[in-house]
Amino acid sequence: MDSEQPEGKVALVSGNEAAGEAAIRAGCRFYAGYPITPQNELTAYIADQLPLRGGVFIQAESELAAINMVFGASAAGTRAMTSSSSPGISLKQEGISYMVGCELPAVIINVQRAGPGLGNISPAQGDYYQATRGGGHGDYRCISLAPFSVQEVCDLTYLAFDLADAYRTPVILLADGMIGQMMEPVRFDHLPAPSPTPRPWALTGTPGRKRNVIKSLRLPPEELEAFNLKLQDVYATIEQREVRLEVTGPDDAEVLLAAYGTSARICRQIVERPLRQLPFKVALFRPITLWPFPTAKLAELAEKARGILVVEMSAGQMVDDVRMAVAGRCPIELLARMGGNIPSAAEITEKLITLFA
Amino acid sequence: MRSGNAGNGMGKKTTTKRTESEVKRVLYERPRALLDVHTHYCAGCGHGTMHRLLAEVLEELGVLEQAIGVAPVGCAVLAYDYVDIDWTEAAHGRAPAVATGLKRVHPDKVVFTYQGDGDLASIGMAETIHAANRGENITVIFINNAIYGMTQGQMAPTTLIGQKTKTTPRGRDPETTGYPLKVCELLDQLVAPVLLARTTVVTPKHVRQTKALLKKAFQCQMENVGYSLIEVLSPCPTYWHMTPMEAYHFIEQTVTDSFPLGVIRDVKDRA
Ligand code: SF4
Repeated sequence: MDSEQPEGKVALVSGNEAAGEAAIRAGCRFYAGYPITPQNELTAYIADQLPLRGGVFIQAESELAAINMVFGASAAGTRAMTSSSSPGISLKQEGISYMVGCELPAVIINVQRAGPGLGNISPAQGDYYQATRGGGHGDYRCISLAPFSVQEVCDLTYLAFDLADAYRTPVILLADGMIGQMMEPVRFDHLPAPSPTPRPWALTGTPGRKRNVIKSLRLPPEELEAFNLKLQDVYATIEQREVRLEVTGPDDAEVLLAAYGTSARICRQIVERPLRQLPFKVALFRPITLWPFPTAKLAELAEKARGILVVEMSAGQMVDDVRMAVAGRCPIELLARMGGNIPSAAEITEKLITLFA
Repeated sequence: MRSGNAGNGMGKKTTTKRTESEVKRVLYERPRALLDVHTHYCAGCGHGTMHRLLAEVLEELGVLEQAIGVAPVGCAVLAYDYVDIDWTEAAHGRAPAVATGLKRVHPDKVVFTYQGDGDLASIGMAETIHAANRGENITVIFINNAIYGMTQGQMAPTTLIGQKTKTTPRGRDPETTGYPLKVCELLDQLVAPVLLARTTVVTPKHVRQTKALLKKAFQCQMENVGYSLIEVLSPCPTYWHMTPMEAYHFIEQTVTDSFPLGVIRDVKDRA
């Protein structure tokens, strides 16, 4: 891909490559990663481009090492990123928890594959709980962004760096093997020059200032509770300010599809180009931030809806957040595919007709 | 005795009255970077001596303001409370990876890790070997006391054969637990490391040798020569169930049989 994309030019790239390019444009100057399918194009893109554009690329000896190198680079005050796929993201959880405890910003991209265990390399959405409930040990949340197109991979990767800086937290970009591997036309030229926030806390040596110590060890229970309360305050602010979503379809829809990422992509097709005429109006509710989840908006839509069909490439994880938001306002149904299977538009259409016609 | 010439007036006649500060000769004082606090270390523990040497060496090399330390998980987890420089903690065993990130972002800073045997040679062995193999331009201070101190005395990878610990109550049996792991000799198989040495802190002579090696290790980094590791055989009287003096003698008489002292590799000397 041409990294010096001229104004107004559109490039045909994969989601993985788009994430790499957007990260570099967002001012990411440190990346450490470890090979795993289906995100290898991202690592390869960064390995090729980042050193040419003033940054550091390291192929780490493990996912553990990779996330801890990112820890070090972030502590040093630079914008840093790692990426992996589901099994590798499990290994990174230790480091993510420490980064939360140390208030270190970073971007972590998960190009999900199907599990549990080694599972397979097909696209899946089984890491929703892990991404939205913290994932590692301790009481924390990470902002989780869910792109559903290659353009959105680009835009949300860029945004992830700003959010990580603003709230001094790791931010997860939760893609999947489909989003990572598919190629679409993308624009990068609208991304502004990066503006990392000042980092007075960073480790840069001490000339002209008192020393900085970055740590998550807080031995007195009162001190650790105070820190946790501070985190909870930050999370309350994030829930107020950072909810992002998209609703596609008629305002007076009777039935809602609720999905993110690849499953949202299929659902949107049913709303915009239905396979067959449906005897009711359908709209798609698509969270872009999985955490914070767009609870208020979904509750409002549920007031007017006859029912909601949640479509997930997992046993049903986001459906929990849907249930909490809807709180009994309308019935909720689930179409769950697992093992790397992508629900088809026909399958979803059938289910809609069976449930709501 | 190198501390100034005040009061060195033997044979010289002086008529002016000397002020108090001229008379005072500083023989021993706290290094600038060693914070004026009580440490949590047990009596006779080697960490105190090593913290002091670290502070002295960084000050003498003039790099206190460039230094960034990576603290371990283990007894020295609070090292940042004692030495007045920039520090970060690292998860158990991950210090070399954290140091890699720091040093690659700030090649002009002096980055070191301070790690115990469980941290460096057990849970963090992969990070240790790969940072060494990449030749990261960092300094690793490896405190080997052959035991897990902070978690109350379990077997470490460096525990001696026959040594009793909480998890080897009848002594370490190599049949089931393997042998004391020799980190310097292991890393000596790699191409990239430039300085690998084993030393101790149990006599004044050893303390001086350790200080010289530590200084050399930091100089390697400052001159961009590459990766160095200084292994320090360090007493843990508490979990060796010995008095401090017994622990010191145990190192000299017994521990050094399994872990011979000396410079295992010094690429600068060889060149
Ligand atoms: S337990 Fe051992 S290593 Fe830890 S502080 Fe006490 S003497 Fe030192």
